[in-house]
Amino acid sequence: MLARSGLICLLLAPVLISPLRPAAAQDLVADLSSHLIAITSSYAGAELLLFGAREEGGDVIVVVRGPPQRVLVRQKRRIGGIWINRDSATFVKVPGYYAVHANRILADIASARVLARQRIGVENLILEAEGVDPLEAVLFREALIRNHQKQGFFREEEGKVAFLGNRLFRTKVQFPAKTPVGSYTAEIYVVRDGHIVGAQMTPLFVRKTGLERAVFDFAHSQPATYGLAAILIALAAGWLAGAVFRKV
Amino acid sequence: MQIYLPIAEMSVSIFLLLGMGAGVGFLSGMFGVGGGFLMTPLLIFIGVPPAVAVGTEANQIIAASVSGALAHWRRGNVDLRMGGVLLVGGAVGSTLGAWVFKELRQLGQIDLVISLAFVVFLGTIGALMAVESTRTLMRRRRSGNLGKAHQHHWMHGLPFKMRFHKSRLYISVIMPLIVGAVVGFLAAIMGVGGGFIMVPAMIYLIGMPTSVVVGTSLFQIIFVTANVTLLHSINNQTVDVMLAMLLLAGAVVGAQVGTRVGALLRGEQLRGLLALLVLAVCAKLAFDLVVTPDDLYTVLPLRGGE
Repeated sequence: MLARSGLICLLLAPVLISPLRPAAAQDLVADLSSHLIAITSSYAGAELLLFGAREEGGDVIVVVRGPPQRVLVRQKRRIGGIWINRDSATFVKVPGYYAVHANRILADIASARVLARQRIGVENLILEAEGVDPLEAVLFREALIRNHQKQGFFREEEGKVAFLGNRLFRTKVQFPAKTPVGSYTAEIYVVRDGHIVGAQMTPLFVRKTGLERAVFDFAHSQPATYGLAAILIALAAGWLAGAVFRKV
Repeated sequence: MQIYLPIAEMSVSIFLLLGMGAGVGFLSGMFGVGGGFLMTPLLIFIGVPPAVAVGTEANQIIAASVSGALAHWRRGNVDLRMGGVLLVGGAVGSTLGAWVFKELRQLGQIDLVISLAFVVFLGTIGALMAVESTRTLMRRRRSGNLGKAHQHHWMHGLPFKMRFHKSRLYISVIMPLIVGAVVGFLAAIMGVGGGFIMVPAMIYLIGMPTSVVVGTSLFQIIFVTANVTLLHSINNQTVDVMLAMLLLAGAVVGAQVGTRVGALLRGEQLRGLLALLVLAVCAKLAFDLVVTPDDLYTVLPLRGGE
């Protein structure tokens, strides 16, 4: 009994404390148009609407992060006239997707220190390379960012968050066809006078569904059976085509 | 219309895949090659990861070869005995090749090795065939006689002789076994049926008559590529059935048409055309190896990692 009342006190604690803070969390409400991106056979990328309301005044920054990945970056060198992969670096915990949206240029909204602390902006991502010396690592890091921006995995869209009236805001978040599957988060920040005064986080999942998922799971869980099935399908299809064309 | 491929993990136009299948299938039926030597580079060009291109192409070649081989079987153009001997070598070669592929992939050199292998083999074979078919065409034009059925080589002294009725040969099984093994090895590394090597090897090294070469080649390709499909599924999980099905939907139609067109052409004309095609693909791949890439760095997300 004593233990239970203690637990209730603990659960209530944030609720009791929050009104004491000046512009706290409830001054911001935001959500995504969907919390699930289903990868089906017709999937070719996705677009979600992120919308919300905040108390008057203040800039809005939206950060969407994908699941962390290990990424291998290889450098080509010309050897005997041919370009060959030589040095490589492995980056850990690289977000598989990373998008920053804001209503205006980030540098105008908050100081570099504030942005760095919250890892807002591609240059503030912690991307550490293994397997190369620090001097080289800078080049590999740049190459990684360059590649991910080109492929649409890293996006900075300053000025994309639009306001409707004084309180409402909205932005469209785009995902490329190759966006990794896994758990994503969308963070929404309200910044006033260079200080973050409100924040909210909402989850998002990217999953393979239907036939795509069945095929992928089958190939990875029972590779030998999958291989045999692939052979049988091909044999049947080849025979069928032969039979059809013989009659023609 | 876009389609998402579950193993390649990318979205591609369905019509592009069907068109690629049909075009390559046509050539496959016409020349009696699996078509992989064209399709594997094409898949890599449209952005399919090379390892997936190789595994998937092996799977697709099975189907394309079945429909082609059946067409030749009905015309009695398959030497089963020779096919069986080639196949024994092919099984050994492709199993070894699949293992080497896995090792090279871990070293990060598989893309380079795939391209280099294509350049070397396509260049050599294409040049040899071009020279030979030109010479035959010119000789025929001059004298109008066909020459001997096959030449006598040093290899006729090798042991373990076997009689191949259909090919009208009495030769040692060593050469067909070696040819089968080499082609099987390349099939596993390059995602090809190996017809572009098998066909000239059968004509020039084994001395088989051109009429049974194409059918017999397709026959053994079915089994070698089946082995490659199975091994790549187990080792690398890089066989995309959905991609293979779309390619083969185009390819089986193309192959039927190609087989008919091929029957209308003379042997050396067929070889001359194939030589030109082989050299063109070789030149493109060689150019890509030498030209400075847009970005000297390549980025590869690793599966199952933090």
